[in-house]
Amino acid sequence: MTTTDERPTRVADPEFERKAERAEALRGFLQALPSYAYLVFFFAIPLVIVFVFSFASRSRTGRPVLSDWNLDSYAKLFQPIVAEIVARSLWLALLNTVLCLAIGYPFAYWLATRRSARYRAVLLVLVLIPFWSNFLVRTYAWRVLLGENGFVTEIGRALGLWDKLLFTQPAVFIGLLYGYLPFMVLPLYAALERMDWSLVEAARDLYASGWVAFRKVTLPLSKPGVIAGSILVFIPSLGAYVTPDILGGAKTTLLGNYIVRQFTAARNWPFGAALSFVVLVVMLIATIIYFRTDARTI
Amino acid sequence: MGMLALAVALVAAACSSGNSGSDLESVAQGCQVDQVDGDLSLYNWSEYIDPDLVQEFRDTYGVDVVETFYESNEAMLAQIEAGGATYDLVVPSDYMVDIMRQEGLLVKLNKDAIPNMANLDPKFTGLPFDPDGEYSAPYQWGTTGIGFSYDVVDDAADLTWGLIFDPEMSAPLTGRISLLDDEREVFAAALKYLGYSVNTTDQAQLDEATALLKAAKDRVATFTSDSFEDLLVSGEVDLAHGWNGDFFAAFDEADAWEDYGYGIPKEGGVAWVDNMAIPTTAEAVCTAHTFINFILDAENGAQLSEWNYYASPNAKANELIDPEILSDPAVYPTPETFEKLEFLADLGDFATNYADAFTEVKS
Repeated sequence: MTTTDERPTRVADPEFERKAERAEALRGFLQALPSYAYLVFFFAIPLVIVFVFSFASRSRTGRPVLSDWNLDSYAKLFQPIVAEIVARSLWLALLNTVLCLAIGYPFAYWLATRRSARYRAVLLVLVLIPFWSNFLVRTYAWRVLLGENGFVTEIGRALGLWDKLLFTQPAVFIGLLYGYLPFMVLPLYAALERMDWSLVEAARDLYASGWVAFRKVTLPLSKPGVIAGSILVFIPSLGAYVTPDILGGAKTTLLGNYIVRQFTAARNWPFGAALSFVVLVVMLIATIIYFRTDARTI
Repeated sequence: MGMLALAVALVAAACSSGNSGSDLESVAQGCQVDQVDGDLSLYNWSEYIDPDLVQEFRDTYGVDVVETFYESNEAMLAQIEAGGATYDLVVPSDYMVDIMRQEGLLVKLNKDAIPNMANLDPKFTGLPFDPDGEYSAPYQWGTTGIGFSYDVVDDAADLTWGLIFDPEMSAPLTGRISLLDDEREVFAAALKYLGYSVNTTDQAQLDEATALLKAAKDRVATFTSDSFEDLLVSGEVDLAHGWNGDFFAAFDEADAWEDYGYGIPKEGGVAWVDNMAIPTTAEAVCTAHTFINFILDAENGAQLSEWNYYASPNAKANELIDPEILSDPAVYPTPETFEKLEFLADLGDFATNYADAFTEVKS
């Protein structure tokens, strides 16, 4: 082993090598310790608590009772209504992700191709400014804009396009698109901005049309941004409930408000825990598979 | 599985925190009238007490009052169940008193330290949620009915739940109706329209109400429990299902008493009463008793109702309240209307049937 070591400065001593490796591993572990601690305390332990509660029972008045362990909550997951709620939430999240991508990609592309770094920085700040105020407050602001005497409603009426949007399905999509667009734009921008644009020039030099160069070079190179942005939009959209409640009129049950309701009005913690746990695990597995298959293609 | 053990230990620790109820009860039994044993931590609904009254309590008894607010009974319950924070006095609604009492989260009151209990209207003592009045003293009461614009309803006397549930009658109001986002309240409205009790545990009646609500949902603009009054006065809806005092506050703020009204539909509705109770998270148990006695004082009770337009359960206070408020049937329903009102009761295991039915309505 020592004979194959071609680095001239290395001391050819296996014991020294092992020590160095161990020290390296320890250093790596220590450096990662805050991350491990974070994951254990804010992810693993809460998840285990949720898992434990999902087998608990409910007292007559709705208190979770940590005894009489049972699978009732999991049996309840197989009701047709749960499948309906899951399908509706998935559809909403998927549609919102596609909308965000359709609008966010051209926008991020345009942003990333501005020549002046200063101009780009200003535009980025503009994308981030909405985060300076609370999401709930901004959603209520949309309620005014989309409402009876709102600006957006007035425009629609003047153009004869729509009469009123508040408490309709389009209002929900406007709210979600507005809320999650920055999460799509930022990773896309990051991917496009650090891309090696000389590759596009090379493609053009080799007589690729603008469209072909985009499809064969830019798009594949920006794929990590597309994936990161889609995950960042899809996952919170799946649990979205503030926007559908405030702008959509709370007329349909989605996964998010279904779970919240179990912990509040319905007082059925075990069922709420089972729902949350299954959603979390499914999302985790889906994300891992997504990243694994993707790691091979990048 | 060391992690599992740790998690279970954490949960167990969280569940067992807080004082034991019996220790606090022995403290309570020793409390004298007007005795204070520390600052008061008051956990109350927002906008529910006249700040002048709080100040007067501070000045009279030389203790501070720290106010914390909640927006729903369930949110308050979760805080008390979690333990950790000190709250000396909470103001749960009727059915929530029942839940907290059964869960052992309330301290038995020492009535000797609350002589003003005698001021209460007998109509509001010994109610089913606390039959012997051992754990709670009524604070204020109100009704759940319909707030409306005079553009669509001429007179509160014409109100019927049919405006929401009768397809023909409510057709012109399509998209102009808001309902409370609260399963028990929404079902109470439907059950009253059908002529059933709001506390029914008959699945067939619940199913009938579910079908009725599903059909009515297409005409409903939104389900909301926190902005129905604003939606009404801002013209988003013309008919709103909600709690009387909230409407009055909004009418008052918009100076729109001429344009909007409130009433209880002729089929009846829900009455509720909020109550002062001492949770097992309390520390200043005697101060809490003194505060209850302070609120039940006739003059203070009258001041409270004149401040927030909710009715007082205090018979002696009612003698002092502005006659204009006292004679307003929207605040103090007539005896005939009162007959048709029901209190929501905790339904135990059947509560999940209501939750499931509401999910069904919203599917």
